Amino acid sequence: MTSRREVIGKLIKGTAVAGSGGLLWGAVGAEALPDETTLRPPGAQEGEAFMKACIKCGQCLEACPYDTLKLATPGDKMGIGTPYFEPRDIPCYMCTNYPCTEVCPTGALDLLQLSREGGEPDIKHAQMGLALIHRESCIAFWGIQCDVCYRACPLMDVAISLEPETNIQTGRHANLKPLVNSDACTGCGICEHVCVVEKAAIKVLPRDLAMGEFGNHYIRSWEAGDEQRIKDIQEKPDKADEDLNSALDYLNDDNDLFEK
Amino acid sequence: MEYNRRDFVKSSAVLAAATAAGLTVPASLKASAGQAETDWKWDKAVCRFCGTGCGLMIATRNDRIVAVKGDPLAPVNRGLNCIKGYFNAKIMYGADRLKKPLLRVDENDNFSKTGKFKAVSWKRAFDEMEKHMKKALNELGPTGIGIFSSGQHTIMEGYAATKLMKAGFRSNNIDPNARHCMASAVVGFMQVFGIDEPAGNYDDIELTDTIVTWGANMAEMHPILWSRATARKLADPDRVKVINLSTYTNRTSDLADIEIIFKPNTDLAIWNYIAREIVYNAPQAIDWDFVNKYTVFATGVVDIGYGMRSADHPNFSEKEKETVRKETAKKLSKEEGKTLSFLGYGPDDIMEMKNRGSAGKHWKISFEDFKKALAPYTLDFVADVAKGDSNEDSGEFKVKLKQLADYYIEKGRKVGSYWTMGFNQHTRGSWVNEQAYMVHLLLGKQCKPGDGAFSLTGQPSACGTAREVGTFAHRLPADMVVANPKHRKITEGIWKIPLGTLNPKVGSHVMKLHRDIEDGIIKFAWINVCNPYHNSANANHWIKAARQMDNFIVCSDVYPGISAKVSDLILPSAMIFEKWGAYGNAERRTQHWKQQVTPVGEAMPDIWQVTELAKRFQLRELWGGKDIPGLDGGLPDVLEEAQEMGYQLTDTLYDVLFANDEALAYSWPDPVGEGTLNTEAEGDKREILDGEGNPFKGYGFFLQKYLWEEYRRFGNGHGHDLAGFDAYHQVRGLKWPVVDGKETLWRFNSLYDPYAKKADYGGFAFYGEAMKSIPQGNLVKADPSRGNYELHNRAKIFFRPYVEPPEMPDKEYPFWLCTGRVLEHWHSGTMTMRVPELYRAVPEALCYMHPDDASKYGFIEGDLVWIESRRGKVKAHIETRGRNRTPQGLVYVPWFDEKVFINKVCLDATCPISKETDFKKCAVNIYKA
Repeated sequence: MTSRREVIGKLIKGTAVAGSGGLLWGAVGAEALPDETTLRPPGAQEGEAFMKACIKCGQCLEACPYDTLKLATPGDKMGIGTPYFEPRDIPCYMCTNYPCTEVCPTGALDLLQLSREGGEPDIKHAQMGLALIHRESCIAFWGIQCDVCYRACPLMDVAISLEPETNIQTGRHANLKPLVNSDACTGCGICEHVCVVEKAAIKVLPRDLAMGEFGNHYIRSWEAGDEQRIKDIQEKPDKADEDLNSALDYLNDDNDLFEK
Repeated sequence: MEYNRRDFVKSSAVLAAATAAGLTVPASLKASAGQAETDWKWDKAVCRFCGTGCGLMIATRNDRIVAVKGDPLAPVNRGLNCIKGYFNAKIMYGADRLKKPLLRVDENDNFSKTGKFKAVSWKRAFDEMEKHMKKALNELGPTGIGIFSSGQHTIMEGYAATKLMKAGFRSNNIDPNARHCMASAVVGFMQVFGIDEPAGNYDDIELTDTIVTWGANMAEMHPILWSRATARKLADPDRVKVINLSTYTNRTSDLADIEIIFKPNTDLAIWNYIAREIVYNAPQAIDWDFVNKYTVFATGVVDIGYGMRSADHPNFSEKEKETVRKETAKKLSKEEGKTLSFLGYGPDDIMEMKNRGSAGKHWKISFEDFKKALAPYTLDFVADVAKGDSNEDSGEFKVKLKQLADYYIEKGRKVGSYWTMGFNQHTRGSWVNEQAYMVHLLLGKQCKPGDGAFSLTGQPSACGTAREVGTFAHRLPADMVVANPKHRKITEGIWKIPLGTLNPKVGSHVMKLHRDIEDGIIKFAWINVCNPYHNSANANHWIKAARQMDNFIVCSDVYPGISAKVSDLILPSAMIFEKWGAYGNAERRTQHWKQQVTPVGEAMPDIWQVTELAKRFQLRELWGGKDIPGLDGGLPDVLEEAQEMGYQLTDTLYDVLFANDEALAYSWPDPVGEGTLNTEAEGDKREILDGEGNPFKGYGFFLQKYLWEEYRRFGNGHGHDLAGFDAYHQVRGLKWPVVDGKETLWRFNSLYDPYAKKADYGGFAFYGEAMKSIPQGNLVKADPSRGNYELHNRAKIFFRPYVEPPEMPDKEYPFWLCTGRVLEHWHSGTMTMRVPELYRAVPEALCYMHPDDASKYGFIEGDLVWIESRRGKVKAHIETRGRNRTPQGLVYVPWFDEKVFINKVCLDATCPISKETDFKKCAVNIYKA
């Protein structure tokens, strides 16, 4: 396990190297902000709030029993000095006592983020990221009885489940296809870590980056209570003149209509 | 890219699990598949791992394996594989593959038991082997040596090792690791049907309506069969029911309509509940035509102990004795008082284990007796005894038990019962196997397409080699046994050795081999294709005996593991695709393959190791009179007869057993091997220095084909018929008996099995001949005055009672410990732990525990704990969320990881009939490390 002193030492070394050349300072400046793919420890506040709160003290790294967390150094593009992890290397093992979150002195990692509706914090509420599956390189979709990610998932059957489907080539076997449930996936990345293909076919991205979002103008008739989703929607006020001008501009401009 | 179904099908159809094997996967491969394949050679083979027996295609180039794919023509898997199959190409080329013989030597290069391993020549290796073997033989006779054999031996290797040991050294001390996995299933088959191995086949999965798994986590242990079970369920989800019976929740429960979590050992009670339901509450379900014509009722002795040594053994600790004492007498529990009341016992009575030495004794009883014996197994009683999850409502548990019985009973509902180690590794493993047949036979739901009790096999050739060849201490090929003079005579005839050569005294089974080494009555042991010092329970005793006593242990292996570590000499073996071979899977399918590549380093095939060793021994040393402990008069001197047969006293075992005139007639080259390597026959490009120190250029004949053709003579015409060697290179395996070129789908059924038809006994004939003349009696005992009953063509419906295992949780050791496998790793992990992807997937064995137990004891997820029994302790990390969800009071620890050497903790109690260890039950304490 990396000690705090080592961590800080590494950081100082990093900035010292950076400080030795003027060109590098520029790079450091650009890297002060993290790449949008950066995965943060459990309980991390979102985006800018995290960057503002994190004092780069390294205590979360020290608390992690698995050496999962790293402090970003120049070149990492993860926001120098802030904690991040790379699941293919070492994932978050979802300690039930969340030592990294608990130790954070500033609330950059916040236990409140791990609790729901005022309840006790629970690591299964962490939202570090979301696992995505690339079907063509996932051998379970070929029909190989793999499902290593499924069995390794700490929330097996909840965050990753298996969907059986008859294999149409053999007719007598079933493919067991892993599916990620985004409501439950914490983004711990154990699935990405254990994936047995050369480059992981399942990988974790920050939830913002990974998730799509549908429009708020359509209600799913098949989902009871779906309208609750947009019950607070604000109606757009009518802008009569503006709208009229827009139509007039179009109607009065026939330059492109006729051949010259 | 737009993804559509057609693309998916297309890309799947051309998939080859192109795994890097010393070569990186060529990026251009996909683009120019046609081009790439021209300089690849594809050939069929089988998967190295489990008993499912999936077909593979192997691609080689430049004498290296470059890729594997599932064989689309293989009926078992039709081109698919599980994750272990997917990595077959990578198992061969791990960085620490054993490539040279290694001997423990002192600073002067002399052998020393306390020396360090150093590379030596093959000649030196055989010199040392010969020296120490002769020393043991001279001091102790044929029983002073032993071979640990394997269900992963190829058929020809197992045959060669058996022949060397039984014919050459006249020792029956050869026993396979299949003793640990299939021995109870074998006893079940032999006692019920009189012949080994299943009646049905894998097609039953597609034909059945009900899949009941008993102590078989098929989802992880037989993934390709489980994918067939899943497809069956998908095809008709309302009709097809899946019921999983286990002592903990496992992945097989995912598909199950009903999951029944029972208390360890109470499967015995659940079967009797089902039988009681049939006999008392649904007698109309009994197929009386079938029962009356094709079966008899039977029972056997109960006071048989637990396969342990007596407590007075000097090496037992006081703690161990607490359990071992029950071997000779046990105080009966309240439940046992009830289930053994038919013998006049009651609660707290002491049962003296008077039949420890005759545990297999059984006799015919009447149906009325059978019915009477089942009386105690009411739903209330069995639910009380068997409910394994203290958090489950007993009413719900009863509903599930009743539903289970109803599915068995339902007229017209086809039922398949499947089991593996949960049944076999059981101190009453033989009984519980027999109980499965009890229910299926009563209902006439056996040996019919889609109907039947089916014993799944763990290892790739537990059936093909260990059982069919008979690499057991008591067996000869084709279900024959050493104790039967007729069988010995037949064997001596086929082996062309003098009458009386074979030793009639049953040798030491695996646990006894270990115990004999500890007792100093075996001083030379040779380990073949297994890891007995890792895989045997109560391991502290055995590793200590290997390292600290006056003995010589040789380990032939491909990677270093615990057994190599405790040995004195290590021999580097060729791996599966580096030699010609054959395996037999769980559905009686025999599958051959050819040598695909030259072995690595100086590794050599196991057969070659047998034949080179055989050159070191002359008949005059071995075939004179020999003392055998416990055998009056010992073994006769057969040298004179040998000379009459044309042998010279100075002929070696190689000359007589392996390179005799008949063998030499199998010439090499042979058309079946055209364009194929054959290290044994023609040597190879390495020109290894052989046992005599000369460049090895091959024996000049087709040794493997000779062994096959001689071996199949044992079974042909006796219900074990195998096809000729060449035939197996044309097809994707054949299910024996192969009669007139046709395989047999359902045995004992006259519609499918030519032997059943030939018996001319009706629709069915249980024509197996073993144990078919039995005494008659009542529930308590046999009555010799009534004479024996001859049950030709009939099977036996056994009554077997519920009893407890010898060690159960108590205050000091409050948890049950169950051990087993995980999908990602094979057995002791020597191969799969070297595949980086599989290692990364599951790098260590975890202790699966119920979260409430964890918090009760103050553990959190990931804590390192000691798991301690009366015998030993190991450290492991706690897992409360994993693939196996245990009920409170039970923990599960896989055994693949030598760093979590769980067999130090396990109890070496066995089924007293089958001698198979119960790795599923002992009591442990758990505390923070």
